[in-house]
Amino acid sequence: MAPRNCALCKVSRAILKRPKTGQQICKECFFHVFETEVHNTITEANLFKLGDRVAIGASGGKDSTVLAYVMKTLNERYSYGLNLFLLSIDEGITGYRDDSLETVKRNQEQYKMPLKILSYDELYGWTMDAIVAQIGTKNNCTFCGVFRRQALDRGAVMLEVDHIVTGHNADDIAETVLMNIMRGDIARLGRCTSICTQGEDTIKRSKPFKYAYEKEIVMYAYFKKLDYFSTECIYSPEAYRGHARVFLKDLEAARPSTIIDIIHSGEAFEVKEEVKAVQKAQQTCRRCGYMSSNDLCKACTLLEGLERGAAAIAVTDKARRKLVTMEGGTIDTMRTIPYFQLPSHKAGVNSSGLASSSS
Amino acid sequence: MSQSTLSIKVEFGGGLELLFSNQRSHKVSLPSHVPTAPPDANTTSEQGKKESGRPADITYLMYWMRDNLLKEREELFIENGTVRPGILVLVNDTDWELEGEGEYVLQDGDEIVFISTLHGG
Repeated sequence: MAPRNCALCKVSRAILKRPKTGQQICKECFFHVFETEVHNTITEANLFKLGDRVAIGASGGKDSTVLAYVMKTLNERYSYGLNLFLLSIDEGITGYRDDSLETVKRNQEQYKMPLKILSYDELYGWTMDAIVAQIGTKNNCTFCGVFRRQALDRGAVMLEVDHIVTGHNADDIAETVLMNIMRGDIARLGRCTSICTQGEDTIKRSKPFKYAYEKEIVMYAYFKKLDYFSTECIYSPEAYRGHARVFLKDLEAARPSTIIDIIHSGEAFEVKEEVKAVQKAQQTCRRCGYMSSNDLCKACTLLEGLERGAAAIAVTDKARRKLVTMEGGTIDTMRTIPYFQLPSHKAGVNSSGLASSSS
Repeated sequence: MSQSTLSIKVEFGGGLELLFSNQRSHKVSLPSHVPTAPPDANTTSEQGKKESGRPADITYLMYWMRDNLLKEREELFIENGTVRPGILVLVNDTDWELEGEGEYVLQDGDEIVFISTLHGG
């Protein structure tokens, strides 16, 4: 087939068909529009202010690697004046996370950003390998998700940052919209498309890649020859999300704008006040001080279950209530999580509820 | 009848190499035209739809790779006669969507890259 010229510069040969627009563009124009769109997302949502300390949640995977590179590029190009850090969580999964952390360590050198690695072992006294050895591979993603969320916040406090950015992309968000619809989780459906989530007692989190297609992120990494790690977690990945993902990819193959259309649908939903009210009021965990909708936060409950050697019963709410009513306090020898305290200047920020997306 | 062959460089990324002996780069030689007798019975039904004897295209390369390189889980590579959704393909560093996708006719020395986007971020 005859080579076509770029739809934007009309000069260079097109190398990519944009899934969002169908435009055929050249490499240089692709870099430019990809970066500029992320910049527009950032400025339209007023994500940062001059001097902010921002941690990039870095797994060594494609999304966070591209995010680190683009954040560094935009910070320099547009003088955001941000202090950027890499924050990685080591779940303690041999053959998976230990390899991907090597990638993050190389990124630290390549991008000249300070790196903080916080491990589950250090924070909870349990690696995922040890958790899986005890509970098997059925509910392990629940543990990992709850522990990671809290570990990121705690790592951010250690780095004294104002803000965590994560590599969640448009495909991830569309997937979460679909999952929330399919699970009937309307309260989360109302919140899952927000670019920025901030609870009273948590550090601000946002998703600069909210409108960036996975295809473009991977193409960007390929053409920029970025160093990233791609292996599936060795413990069974979240099955339901997997189905949503395959379904979404099939839809995208038939109509590429599907992903952005689903996000727009998610944004347009208006959740009734009475549905929102179902959400429990936030309090702080009596044991570790982390924000929680119960007396004990999920991480403390799960950890207590592990420590009691009865993790399986700690997963359901019913079992949680039973555990709390039956056993008032902690066992003397039980490991607990260090007390969580935000830096004082964080007090009094607006509440907009818990974040809901995870990947 | 002597069949000329094409020399093609195949690269994998994004975890797809795990299906192909965990080797990222392969140099392969394949017939420049789809053979009249398919290599095995499995290929007959899928390739039967397209006439044999046509110049080798990417679709043929994919089936050739399935029969000669793929080590496990075919369904993670090929689905409904094309790559599984979520796999990106580049022809000499150009998105295959600009090159006719599976119908792109291979040229000697082409470099074809397959990248999975389905692995964690």
